[in-house]
Amino acid sequence: MINQIRKRIIVVGNGMVGYKFCEKLINKDKLNQYRVTVFGEEPRPAYDRVNLTAYFSGKTLEELTMAPFSWYEENGVDLYVNEKVTTINPVEKFIISDKGKKLEYDKLVLATGSTPFVPPVPGINKQGVFVYRTIEDLDAIIEYAKNVKSAAVIGGGLLGLEAAKALLDLKLNTNVIEFNPRLMPRQVDQTGSEFLQRQIEKLGIEVHLNKTTKEVSGNDCVDGIVFADGQVLKVDMIVVSAGIRPRDDIAKSNGIKVGERGGILVDSQLKTSAEDIYAIGECAVYEGMVYGLIAPGYKMADVVASQLTGETNEFTGADMSTKLKLMGVDVGSFGNPFAEGNDIVNVMIHNGLGGIYKRLLIDKNSKTLIGGILIGDASEYGKLLQICQAQIKVPDSPESLLIQLKSSSEDSGVAAFPDTAGICSCENITKGQIIEAYKNGSKTVADIKKCTKAGTGCGGCVPLITDIINLEVKKSGGTVNKSMCGCFSYSRIELAEIIRTEKIRSYWEVLGRYGKGRGCEICKPAVASILASYQNEFVLKHQDIQDSNDHFLANIQKNGSYSVIPRIPGGEITPDQLMAIGAVAKEFNLYTKITGGQRIDMFGAKLEQLPKIWKKLQEVGLESGHAYAKALRTVKSCVGSTWCRFGVQDSVGLAIRIENRYKGLRAPHKIKSAVSGCSRECAEAQSKDFGVIATDKGYNLYLCGNGGMKPQHARLFAEDLDETTLIKYIDRFLMYYIRTADRLTRTATWLNKFEGGIDRLKEIIIDDCLGICAELEAEMQYQVDTYKCEWSEALDDPEKLKRFRPFVNSPDTDTTIQFTEERGQIKPLILEEVSNHKPMMGDG
Amino acid sequence: MSEWVKVCKKEDVLRNGGSCVKVGELQIAIFNFESQNEWYAVQNTCPHKKQSVLSRGLTGEDQGEPKIACPLHKNSFSLKTGKHLGGNQDWTLRTYPVKIENDEIYLNMI
Repeated sequence: MINQIRKRIIVVGNGMVGYKFCEKLINKDKLNQYRVTVFGEEPRPAYDRVNLTAYFSGKTLEELTMAPFSWYEENGVDLYVNEKVTTINPVEKFIISDKGKKLEYDKLVLATGSTPFVPPVPGINKQGVFVYRTIEDLDAIIEYAKNVKSAAVIGGGLLGLEAAKALLDLKLNTNVIEFNPRLMPRQVDQTGSEFLQRQIEKLGIEVHLNKTTKEVSGNDCVDGIVFADGQVLKVDMIVVSAGIRPRDDIAKSNGIKVGERGGILVDSQLKTSAEDIYAIGECAVYEGMVYGLIAPGYKMADVVASQLTGETNEFTGADMSTKLKLMGVDVGSFGNPFAEGNDIVNVMIHNGLGGIYKRLLIDKNSKTLIGGILIGDASEYGKLLQICQAQIKVPDSPESLLIQLKSSSEDSGVAAFPDTAGICSCENITKGQIIEAYKNGSKTVADIKKCTKAGTGCGGCVPLITDIINLEVKKSGGTVNKSMCGCFSYSRIELAEIIRTEKIRSYWEVLGRYGKGRGCEICKPAVASILASYQNEFVLKHQDIQDSNDHFLANIQKNGSYSVIPRIPGGEITPDQLMAIGAVAKEFNLYTKITGGQRIDMFGAKLEQLPKIWKKLQEVGLESGHAYAKALRTVKSCVGSTWCRFGVQDSVGLAIRIENRYKGLRAPHKIKSAVSGCSRECAEAQSKDFGVIATDKGYNLYLCGNGGMKPQHARLFAEDLDETTLIKYIDRFLMYYIRTADRLTRTATWLNKFEGGIDRLKEIIIDDCLGICAELEAEMQYQVDTYKCEWSEALDDPEKLKRFRPFVNSPDTDTTIQFTEERGQIKPLILEEVSNHKPMMGDG
Repeated sequence: MSEWVKVCKKEDVLRNGGSCVKVGELQIAIFNFESQNEWYAVQNTCPHKKQSVLSRGLTGEDQGEPKIACPLHKNSFSLKTGKHLGGNQDWTLRTYPVKIENDEIYLNMI
């Protein structure tokens, strides 16, 4: 009954924009006046084509799907997949599908999208040529790639580079061919392209610019590409990504007007030349322009859905700004990055070392941002886009917009945005809407995403959303909870301050005075570390609060056995020591491996063997390597000027002196260092917490680098230092880090959060602007003076040695620890059911 | 019926910490909290990766519940009930009643 009076909307095409239209309409159609019918030619409901490449890296079709079949059902949308509309009769207002379905409509929305443009060169129809648009295309590429070795992508635009990454991930020798003199010609300038190219080539992709494809060679299958300049590139397969063409055939053949260069002509209401027919997304052309990005497509969907539900709304063009991560490289382009003229000034950063290029185009009269390009680091993209779109005046020193000093919320600039500022341009959500959602109970990014859909499109605005939430938390008087754990309402930094200034000497004292309860596995080792950093007593004096590794002065491994690493300062070792390590490993049947820090690790020691092993190691002068501690680990070195014909300083000597100075120093996290004897940097000092590179005048000091999960280059801190000054700066740096870093925070993360960044750190450590350097140096000198090898102390203490046995009531060894063999050495034998209650005896 | 087995002396167990005893082929971890004068005993094997290491973990409390954190992956278990504090119901430790007489530790093995 009701259905009869409801008007029917037919949507032709079920891509992202077609889907978004349905979603918007259903939300706006409070009167339930429409019945929506959707035709999609693909065999499945709309999926996230923007993130299609994620399909290669394991994202499932389900995860990529915008909404499952059930969503359409629940919302009363009739979805016909695998069915294509072939005829439109704009006069009698009906459509016919390829399955013969004839349906009348009141409103028709064309969301037919685009097809990849394939240049019509000879041979392009050979086997092994693909496009990159649908799941089926990807499946076909994956299948074909199994039997070939090399591939080329024709087209060095955004999508082409994504395709290239996908091919690289399929282990193919990958080439990118671009007709223009630069990559991503629509988003990036020449310099930006060069930066991008360098990063991409590092991954092993070959880039060919200024190349016009003349012919695809091969018999039935592709075997190469012939270029217009006569050069030939041998490849086994080709993916074409040379731009898109709007799919306007259905419009054209039914009398709806299309543009000269294709695309269904629309006005600002997205109306086509035929009454009650709209076109949205990539199939539409507005004022001569096809919008091939998702945000404008969504905007169009919103405009049509608004009109149909009685709101006024229009499309007046859209920003082509975009931010993405291409092959691990941030790329951002916003506003008009190619603006020219006398009134335009440029502010640029070229950091060849870090692979970072940033360019802002500023109108010098109005002091507004016209556009910009970000390569290598696009973390300020959201902020800059806002400043550009809201035409906020740039600061007097606009370079401050490009240099990220700290990652705290005040700095993102989001506080200065008006409530009307758009935050999510895909979903068109403003700052005000996010604040409102927050106030209505959406307290996390996930909540905000769910409630407003902000951040669910390209995801570029998620950092801004986070900042807005943090600002609101602060405004409402809340603080981000910094308590270390349930036992203390203090952060590590505050506890370090308490212990340092009040000279507290035990965990139980600090827990009694400043904490509550029995303590826990978080605060115990943290306090143990602080106590060691300031009092440097034997760590086993506080054995009851040490983590298992510090407790037994060795590294626990997956089967409960331990590994042993003696210190090998600077990586220098005598043949006698080397033989002693070999002899010990042989005697106790340990697995040996060279570590990344230029020392030797021995695995598979049982608890009761540790003292015996160390007794032997001490006999040849080997000390604890503190591999088990949050402490200084190693100071790597290259061979230096003593042997190397390029070396300018004795890097090994300096590395040994540094390692011996700071050995045993406990810190909030592990500390690694290296010394390189010349600028060739063979010791990789720039990836260390502190690194030294020799120059012909002295030493350059680099601080706060990090390998690991989030690699970060160390920052140049001071140049051409003599050794005394160098050591002085490192002393101050390390003690200042210990004083002010949070628990388990490496120096790189510490610096990232450090207010004022590296410049402020220089003021504190070099200029002594806080007047604390004498104190820091004294604290370090105390550490150096009170150093003792922990294993030699342990071996002298029979009481402590009692702990090194598996059972306090039996001399037995732990038979649940078992080994098997691999490549001539032991390896742990992990039996799923080795347990107390089903004891496995030595039957292997 | 109950069967108390004498396993070791009080002083054998690390103060405010834990130690392991062997009863037949069973490994049992014994823990104590000195200020509360509380003693607990649980199986030494962590149910997560089935390694006999719990006695080498750190004790503590979580909202008043005494607990042990496994040294391998920091899974925490209630020392009172043996329950996994992360809510995995398949991971429950066997617990053993403890009594102290004349500074000797007895476990109830039934």
